Amino acid sequence: MPRLSYRKALTRALADEMARDESVFLLGEDIRVAASNVTAGLLKKFGPERVLDTPLSEQAFTSFATGAALAGLRPVVEFQIPSLLFLVFEQIVNHAHKFPLMTGGQCAVPVTYLVPGSGSRTGWAGQHSDHPYSLFAHVGVTTLVPATPADAYGLLVSAIRHVDPVVLFAPAGAMDVRADVDFAALAPVPIGKGRVHRPGADVTVVAVGHLVHDALAVADELAGQVSVEVFDPRTLYPFDWDGLTESVARTGRLVVVDDSNRSCGIAGEIIATVVERVRLLAPPRRVTRPDGAVLPFAPALDRAVQPGREQLTAAIQLTMKDG
Amino acid sequence: MTRSDPVRLYRTVRLIRRFEERAIELVRSGAIVGGIHPYLGQEGIAAGVCAALRADDLVTGTHRGHGHVLAKGADPARMLAELLGRVTGLNRGRGGSMHAADLGVGVLGANAIVGAAGAILTGAVWARRRRGDDVVGATFFGDGAVNEGMLLEAFNLAALWRVPVLFVCENNGYATTMPVDGAVAGTIGGRAEAFGMPAAVVDGQDPETVREVTAAAVDRMRAGGGPELIEARTYRFDAHHTFEHAVRLDYRAPEEVARGRSRDPVEIQGGRLGDADRAAVDAEVESVLAAAVEFALASPEPDPAGALEHLYASGLVARTGGG
Repeated sequence: MPRLSYRKALTRALADEMARDESVFLLGEDIRVAASNVTAGLLKKFGPERVLDTPLSEQAFTSFATGAALAGLRPVVEFQIPSLLFLVFEQIVNHAHKFPLMTGGQCAVPVTYLVPGSGSRTGWAGQHSDHPYSLFAHVGVTTLVPATPADAYGLLVSAIRHVDPVVLFAPAGAMDVRADVDFAALAPVPIGKGRVHRPGADVTVVAVGHLVHDALAVADELAGQVSVEVFDPRTLYPFDWDGLTESVARTGRLVVVDDSNRSCGIAGEIIATVVERVRLLAPPRRVTRPDGAVLPFAPALDRAVQPGREQLTAAIQLTMKDG
Repeated sequence: MTRSDPVRLYRTVRLIRRFEERAIELVRSGAIVGGIHPYLGQEGIAAGVCAALRADDLVTGTHRGHGHVLAKGADPARMLAELLGRVTGLNRGRGGSMHAADLGVGVLGANAIVGAAGAILTGAVWARRRRGDDVVGATFFGDGAVNEGMLLEAFNLAALWRVPVLFVCENNGYATTMPVDGAVAGTIGGRAEAFGMPAAVVDGQDPETVREVTAAAVDRMRAGGGPELIEARTYRFDAHHTFEHAVRLDYRAPEEVARGRSRDPVEIQGGRLGDADRAAVDAEVESVLAAAVEFALASPEPDPAGALEHLYASGLVARTGGG
């Protein structure tokens, strides 16, 4: 079976949707030369009218995309740096997201915000290493964090076809993941549907984005002692609460591993919702970045602030010990 | 170029004037909650600009936006019902005074974030022209907006990509209570010229002058020219917001207000009509507004069970907030 990298899966999704639908176009910084490598080859294939390099005016080109969407196009906006989302939070939340309700249903704003290389890319330090997906889930913008090449392809296709604004985080820690993929079987992945990567009986580990791969590795290491089920939500908003409830109702235990800062991160929401629905055998646990974390530069410090396999292993063991 | 139609132009300024006066009465009676930002005194700008536009051209308005929405052709009865939060309102009672929108007549919304709409309109006009429509746009903003970075980014994008958007600055001398001299370094027109955009200062109190200057700009833009800016000098006759009717803020000398009110766009345009024509328009406007008030007051309130209808164009139903 051929191998497909996560990065190439994103490129393939963009190319397929641009070929399928004339109204899809791309805009962002340095996308013609494909500085992030995700838009490689698309200028040649689709021409400069559909692959727009923008000046460094993130606020204007984000709202430009809102206007183009109001007029019937389907823009895909690439952000090379996850922290730029703080700069355009106003344009996405106050305008693109609010327009359908504020106009009483007169319009739709089908924009995809694509963030390749979100989270830490070791060495990029404080202003290039954020992972702000919980913020978008909080305000109610459709938020996707695929972990695998097939899901990266399928969720990006679904995002572009979706009628509301969608932010797709492609974590730096997943961009180089490769998998055997049957190209003929690549298909849209439904928004709002999680996936059990590995069935287990003792504890459900919810892992977000690249951390799915860490959770699978930990589950392998613990096999024989603990039977770990790995649940990948894939969409953080709207979350697949029924899928997760079904899993935790079987295992009775819950650990969440999430690359958000701890306070008000998605892990807190996942735990709160599960305990509203399921009587657990042991207190749930979460492994996250610390409260208010700013990623320090030095590689050892950067790693110290991110959720890791050792912390996840310890959390699973504590949960098993507690009941 | 659109031809002068003095009667029709008078009807528009008169309609906006009387609409605002009736709306203020309804604020006082408690029928409109949250108050309004009256457009009184500035009617000539919306009326003059929109008289030079086609029905399929696009506009965006501001928090002081009733005039823009009415001048572009929205139904006054549905506009008033929106201000009263009724289901028959333009936005089904979901938008209110500051977000009134009627996409059917090319109003992409009043927008309550100062300086935010310019980039949205630029994207919408660009998208429509890419589809082959020869539309142009006009985006209204106040003197306060010329210090918002995102509007200046929009100037750059529109000029760079030659998007035919008329940037209409309604300079009424104050950003809430901040005088222009205390806020604007350089000049308003100079900001446009820095991006290679033609800029003109016009007498915003004379609807016919505004229409003429706009029509010439629209002709140039529709023939393939890039964006332009007009600074319409005007005066706000009433409060920044109706809350000032209860809380007197001391920032404009009575002599200044009297001087400002002495040049009234309704009188200037009305003076161009014969007495009989003027009386006929006045009577027709009164009857339209009497019917609008009756319609709005008789319209049903929205059902709280549907408070978040239209939140997502996809129809996604958000989780409720109760326990």
